[in-house]
Amino acid sequence: MERHPKDELLYDHNHDGIDRRGFLKCMAWAGTGALCLMNGGMLQSASLSDPSTAKLPRTGGQLSFAQISDSHMGFNKPANPDVAATLRAAVEKINTLPDPPEFLLHTGDISHLSKPEEFDAAEQILKSCVTKDVFFVPGEHDVIGDDGKQFLERFAKDAIGEGWRSFDKKGVHFIGLVNVMNLKAGGLGSLGSDQLEWLEADLKGLKASTPIVVFAHIPLWSVYPQWGWGTEDSAQALCYLKRFGSVTVLNGHIHQTMQKVEGNVTFHTAASTAFPQPQPGQAEGPGPMKVPAEQLRGLLGISDVKFVRGEHALAIVDTKLG
Amino acid sequence: MNRRKKYSYMLCGLGVCLLLTGALAWTFMRKAAAASAGVVIKIDNFTFAPAEVTVAPGTTVLWVNRDDIPHTVVSEDKTTFKSKALDTDDKFSYTFTKPGTYTYFCSVHPKMTAKVVVR
Repeated sequence: MERHPKDELLYDHNHDGIDRRGFLKCMAWAGTGALCLMNGGMLQSASLSDPSTAKLPRTGGQLSFAQISDSHMGFNKPANPDVAATLRAAVEKINTLPDPPEFLLHTGDISHLSKPEEFDAAEQILKSCVTKDVFFVPGEHDVIGDDGKQFLERFAKDAIGEGWRSFDKKGVHFIGLVNVMNLKAGGLGSLGSDQLEWLEADLKGLKASTPIVVFAHIPLWSVYPQWGWGTEDSAQALCYLKRFGSVTVLNGHIHQTMQKVEGNVTFHTAASTAFPQPQPGQAEGPGPMKVPAEQLRGLLGISDVKFVRGEHALAIVDTKLG
Repeated sequence: MNRRKKYSYMLCGLGVCLLLTGALAWTFMRKAAAASAGVVIKIDNFTFAPAEVTVAPGTTVLWVNRDDIPHTVVSEDKTTFKSKALDTDDKFSYTFTKPGTYTYFCSVHPKMTAKVVVR
């Protein structure tokens, strides 16, 4: 992953300056749970093995949700012979969070082969979550062979076009984007002109102070194009988001946590609940990474996200399954 | 020529004929098999191998997925040929009848591209 120290130093919403050491400490994800909170322009970091030790502000106007991703229901190879068990463990983690999230975002690859029984199994496991409201965006594994027909019917009936939509929660504007349809030979993820047109119109009436959360499967920034880890036309989308004071982009697809800050946009990818993948360039290809059984759950996880009114950035806590 | 000699000559002749027929048949069968069975392309580690093959018109190409992740085999125009999702050990075949260059890719992992040249 390319690091841009210059971009990180320029991150200065409150014009209060920034504690650089604290900020760089936050950037060391590498499988450790880290909590980053913006408090009056100063970034504080605490490393966590147990999210209940986090001193999260419990002021009014707080919004709390969780992101899960890449459950790959139906996968059964050595990297994880039981993805249903690890999805259940992820749901357990959510159920035992100190502040139950109000809703979940699933950033795609719910199924492994777009089979009806795989979607069924995932939905069944999610039913045991205390959080009932789940918003899904598809991964490329969810739209194989039927152009996303099943996905749309099951998970995005009220969505537009090929499954995009927006909604508001406590003053935060959420946008679910689809970048796994109509992929071209040799290409990356793709949003397409229809969706971009819709996005521009959707953002038009909003005040620049509205916090925005965008969620989509494939990263909207160029993590590692050689492995397809990027979106061809995300620059156009980011252009529309430029004027907003706080933008958080939540993605999946790469099966590891990664974060990048560029101006007022924080990009974050979640771990998978199924199997890990190698770091960019660290293997021949981006396939499932086999690790000793006792290490597997330490490389899978969920992300707990909080927005506190008055704060610019969302607090994202990545919690491992074991 | 006495009868015994006649018969032994006949038997030899018959044997030679059978051998010739057999050899001819075998050669024809091999040629036919070569034209139709054609090429096997292995999918592994997010790669089609060999990445480029040249075949005669009428050749059937067989793709076998040896990767631990599913892939598809889809022509660039998305209509000429299009496999369903191929899990590990699943196969897909297509017979190329028209000459041309056929670029194809995996629609799930579009960075994976390869081509079949037919001439």
